[in-house]
Amino acid sequence: MDVKIITDHGEMTAKLFGEIDHHKARSMRETIDSAAERNKPTVLYLDFGGVTFMDSSGIGLIMGRYRTMKLLGGEVRVLNIPPSMERMVELSGLSALKLFEKGCEKNEVKK
Amino acid sequence: MKLKNEMSLTFESRSSNEGFARTAVSAFISQLDPTIGEITDIKTAVSEAVTNCIVHAYKESVGLIYIRVKIFEGAVVVIKIRDKGCGIADIEQAMEPLFTTGGEERAGLGFAVMQSFTDKVKVTSREGKGTTVVLEKRLMSRIKDV
Repeated sequence: MDVKIITDHGEMTAKLFGEIDHHKARSMRETIDSAAERNKPTVLYLDFGGVTFMDSSGIGLIMGRYRTMKLLGGEVRVLNIPPSMERMVELSGLSALKLFEKGCEKNEVKK
Repeated sequence: MKLKNEMSLTFESRSSNEGFARTAVSAFISQLDPTIGEITDIKTAVSEAVTNCIVHAYKESVGLIYIRVKIFEGAVVVIKIRDKGCGIADIEQAMEPLFTTGGEERAGLGFAVMQSFTDKVKVTSREGKGTTVVLEKRLMSRIKDV
């Protein structure tokens, strides 16, 4: 499975695994959005810790979920972006939205 | 520049081929003993170019995507990605970061990523005929005699 959904006290974490490209992003998006619509979380954590490769479709995935969560009245936090993908994030200008959290505290809580 | 090796690849513009295309190109250049960073850069740039062919060039259809990779003396890699799709009306606009006609799930970063992750990007296009993207990158190869 490319996405693992964990819900906890009104918050939801989507752990992403493997490679994210335009092809894979589609099913990830569907899984995350349908779970978000069901659970209506206050915070959606997107955890990139298990991602081995991503192209700009990964940025599109974050931007799209940012919009989804706005509509649902919640927010998005992005966790554990691998160092090799930080340049992509910089290019996107998304860092200005302050969605990114370093470290893996959330993982420990979610064990 | 002296040509040292060459390969070409033709495949259908199905999104399930995106992973195949970038992996095949990176497997070919692995003979230059690139760093993991260099491999990631090339895989990312190829993924962007191939995705453009699928999302834009052959938007309503399935067509063929042609990739040709040449390795030149001095570990210079030139990757040509060509389609016979709809073409780009305004290349300058298409290359602008964040500009996209791909809808809300596309970031509009394809060309910006190609430019950032390689040394040189050349785009030629004719409306109704197709688009060719040429990516060039010199690898700081650990092999001397390439």
